[in-house]
Amino acid sequence: MSSVPTAPLASPSDPTQVEAVPVAQPMSGFQETLHFALRNKKLVFGLSMTTALLLFALFGPLFARHGPLVYGGDLGLAPTRAGGYWFGTTLQGQDVYAQFVTGLRLAFIVGALGGGIAAIIGMVIGFTAGYRAGWVDECLNMLTNVVLVIPTFALLLVIAAYLQVRGIVTEAVFIGITSWPWAARALRAQTFSLVSRDFVDMARLSGRSSRHIIFKEIAPNMSSYLFMMFILLFGGAILIAATLDFIGLGPSNTISLGQMMQLSVQNAALQLHLWWWFLPPGLGIMAIVGSLYVMNVGLDEVFNPKLREM
Amino acid sequence: MLRYFARKLFVYGLTFIVAVTVDWAIPHLMPGNPVLTLMSRIQTQDPQVAQQMYDHYMRAFNLDLPLWKQYWYFWVSLFHGDLGTSILQFPTPVMSIIVHAVPYTLALLVPAIVLSWYAGNKFGALAARRKVLDNTLLPFGYTLTATPYMWLGILLVWVLAVTWHVFPVGFAYDPTAVRGFSWPFVSNLAYHWFLPFLSLFLVAFGGWAIGMRNMIIYELESDYAHYLGALGAPQRLIRKYAFRNAMLPQITGLALALGAILGGALVTEIVFSYPGLGFQIYHAITNKDYFVIQGIFLFIIIGVLLANFIVDIVYLIVDPRTRIGMEGGRS
Amino acid sequence: MALRVEHLRVYYRTLAGDVKALDDVSFDVADGEIMGLAGESGCGKSTLGKSLIRLDGRMRYVGGHVLLDGEELPVWDDEAMDRFRFREVSIVPQYAMSALNPIRKVGPMIRDLLRARGVHPNGIQRELERRLELVGLQPDVLGLYPIELSGGMKQRVVLVLSTLLDPSLLIADEITSALDVSTQKAVAQTLVEFRDRGFVKSLIVVTHDLAVLAQIADTILVMYAGKLAEKATAEEIISTPRHPYTRMLISSLPEVGVRYEEKELRGIPGRPPSLLEPPGGCRFRDRCPLATARCAQEPPWVEQDGRGVACWEAETTTTQAALLAETR
Repeated sequence: MSSVPTAPLASPSDPTQVEAVPVAQPMSGFQETLHFALRNKKLVFGLSMTTALLLFALFGPLFARHGPLVYGGDLGLAPTRAGGYWFGTTLQGQDVYAQFVTGLRLAFIVGALGGGIAAIIGMVIGFTAGYRAGWVDECLNMLTNVVLVIPTFALLLVIAAYLQVRGIVTEAVFIGITSWPWAARALRAQTFSLVSRDFVDMARLSGRSSRHIIFKEIAPNMSSYLFMMFILLFGGAILIAATLDFIGLGPSNTISLGQMMQLSVQNAALQLHLWWWFLPPGLGIMAIVGSLYVMNVGLDEVFNPKLREM
Repeated sequence: MLRYFARKLFVYGLTFIVAVTVDWAIPHLMPGNPVLTLMSRIQTQDPQVAQQMYDHYMRAFNLDLPLWKQYWYFWVSLFHGDLGTSILQFPTPVMSIIVHAVPYTLALLVPAIVLSWYAGNKFGALAARRKVLDNTLLPFGYTLTATPYMWLGILLVWVLAVTWHVFPVGFAYDPTAVRGFSWPFVSNLAYHWFLPFLSLFLVAFGGWAIGMRNMIIYELESDYAHYLGALGAPQRLIRKYAFRNAMLPQITGLALALGAILGGALVTEIVFSYPGLGFQIYHAITNKDYFVIQGIFLFIIIGVLLANFIVDIVYLIVDPRTRIGMEGGRS
Repeated sequence: MALRVEHLRVYYRTLAGDVKALDDVSFDVADGEIMGLAGESGCGKSTLGKSLIRLDGRMRYVGGHVLLDGEELPVWDDEAMDRFRFREVSIVPQYAMSALNPIRKVGPMIRDLLRARGVHPNGIQRELERRLELVGLQPDVLGLYPIELSGGMKQRVVLVLSTLLDPSLLIADEITSALDVSTQKAVAQTLVEFRDRGFVKSLIVVTHDLAVLAQIADTILVMYAGKLAEKATAEEIISTPRHPYTRMLISSLPEVGVRYEEKELRGIPGRPPSLLEPPGGCRFRDRCPLATARCAQEPPWVEQDGRGVACWEAETTTTQAALLAETR
């Protein structure tokens, strides 16, 4: 007859602890994500809006009858089909439609480039700090804090003020190298939480190289987070650029949405009720950034099962 | 505790040094002789005046001295409160321009930040509670936070000032008003202040409301919230706890958002021709008044560092975890 | 009868359908009884424990009755259950170590909770301090923040708090899972002590760890894939298990003083079935070494003299059990 075990011998690694799978997995991980993605209203709405605007930015300029900076139309003309001035003209007789689509293009460029650079820097710094920890983390943290505290807007102001000629690329690069700190912080926190998880320990114990761990274990989990970060940085870059442009530090030799607003205010468009001049640029920015934000919320719900509505 | 502050002060000190250095270095990094660049923008016909200005600027820039000495003098004059002289408004010292402009900017910033933070948090918390409110607040909040500051200002001016003459179009006060501490003047000030303030407030409000709503939802899913619920605690208690916990990241968020709302204040002033720092910097940029630009930048840096420091102190007071973590927890 | 559960069914809602986590479970717990609820992850024991006090976001009540001291517990109605929570039914959750609000001192938090539940904190202060001392905590722990306490201390605070109003039923959900062996023993014994002192009338201890149950439980209920497998006294479960699943569970436990040179420590190969579309018939069929064609039909729950088992082969297993016991 067996005896009742008198000492508590329960082991956490009880052999009967087979992994239970209470929920059937009819689809693969990616398919499941896609399934939720397509059903998420916010994601669908945000993505379609953004795509629509992107298409408008890409193909819109092809339809413009006049160059954005060309003077030629009637001054301060309200939107009309005559002459193809669908958005009317500025006080100086420039085609608002042409300016708008040009500005839209520039907005996407600055967002993608500026946001992309900030995302890459933030990723590298945040990840290295989180993964290495120790004094590397201390140093990078110090760096992040310094750049974080400097009111980068003011800094950009000073830098841009001195540049003779400004291009959109320069603007994007500057925005990129100054707006990464909060992303670095967030990514560092995310890295910390991932690195301490069991599957990484497992990988380490089974002797995988660092590289393998980084790319095969951690990266897939971070990628969704990183993507969402990028979208926020994208939107943020557009807003910063618009503000800079409005102050007069926009790209020379071309016209951006922020500059449109600046010129309209300078030329008393408000008093003259030239609404077609100052409304579209602001609406354009609001539309892009807004749909990006909404898209982001949707993505969060898709990637984060807990937030999914039933 | 001291270590915590010493560390923070170190970072701020370092930041300050970096910022001042950058501020000093930029004109020197730009191609060409900065003085000549300056000169080329000042259109003076009289060669004698031009020569005088040139000499003045050469001295002002200390360009005859070795670089490190120039750097050193930059710091010296900084501590004397000498930020140079404005070119556009020659011979007004930059410091004087700043001192006159700061009250207006603060009058916009401080109430806007405080009220939008407070109202935004309250609304966000409410929205997290009621589905109906959430469905309306959420899109509204996202729209607001995606709106560029100056555009909302433009909209408000156009609709409320130009089209319907409810509010004035701009400026700090009626040029014809008699200045002084009289009620008519103060109310005039307030009347002109309202729209720019509102513009700043609304955009910032959107951001806070959304942030808070998300934080509350997150807190309501926490273990302590579930435990209280399991023990039958009323929603009111759970929500109270969730709110307080959610406030903490919102306080840190304040420090982070400072830069953005500052930029917003600057452009709002431009739209409303409100004579604060933004207004000054705008004209300085348009007219290449470099000393003013540099001076305002430094001033902004100091303000932001100070604000960050205050937020750090507040956070320390409010979050027991940080406090105790420093004093060494008991086990 | 302190607790009676009749045909309780609680499912989880998922986009892919309902997961039948708890599928028709019935049992009784007497006053003063400590009942262990055992089984592997996903068998439904945690679901059962939780559904007796508060349904999670995803849980959906489907059917069945729960009676505590003769009164029906409206487990499907979150608001109506508030009356019973904390006073009649209480829980020490699995996440006890993070169950305290991090930015509030322990004492004030307890006061807030008591007041919100209509109990005057001052009246119960002495008792609270007494019980804290009982579990080895100084009363000044009330003036500390959770971060200043160790994990074990926090768990003990939660244990005291959850039982402060002397509930009829306490559910202890996996409270030994994160602990080392000697602490497990201490916690398990504290539970028994609370029962002995009358702080709780009956206990349901949910765990995957049979050894702990062997220590403190009066009865053990073994669950598998959302259904009951076997119920008996602790002694009976350990020495003469009838259900094949129980037997495999027991035989996979190491024993003191037994050398395993000749035998291997066996686990149970395979996995529990998906509860989204559970297979017909006995749910253990696929992993059971004794399965026959008859097992394609779901075995009925047969109860006799307080022992219950749901297995077609149960009659034959008594002899088998004796044989098995001899080979150990």
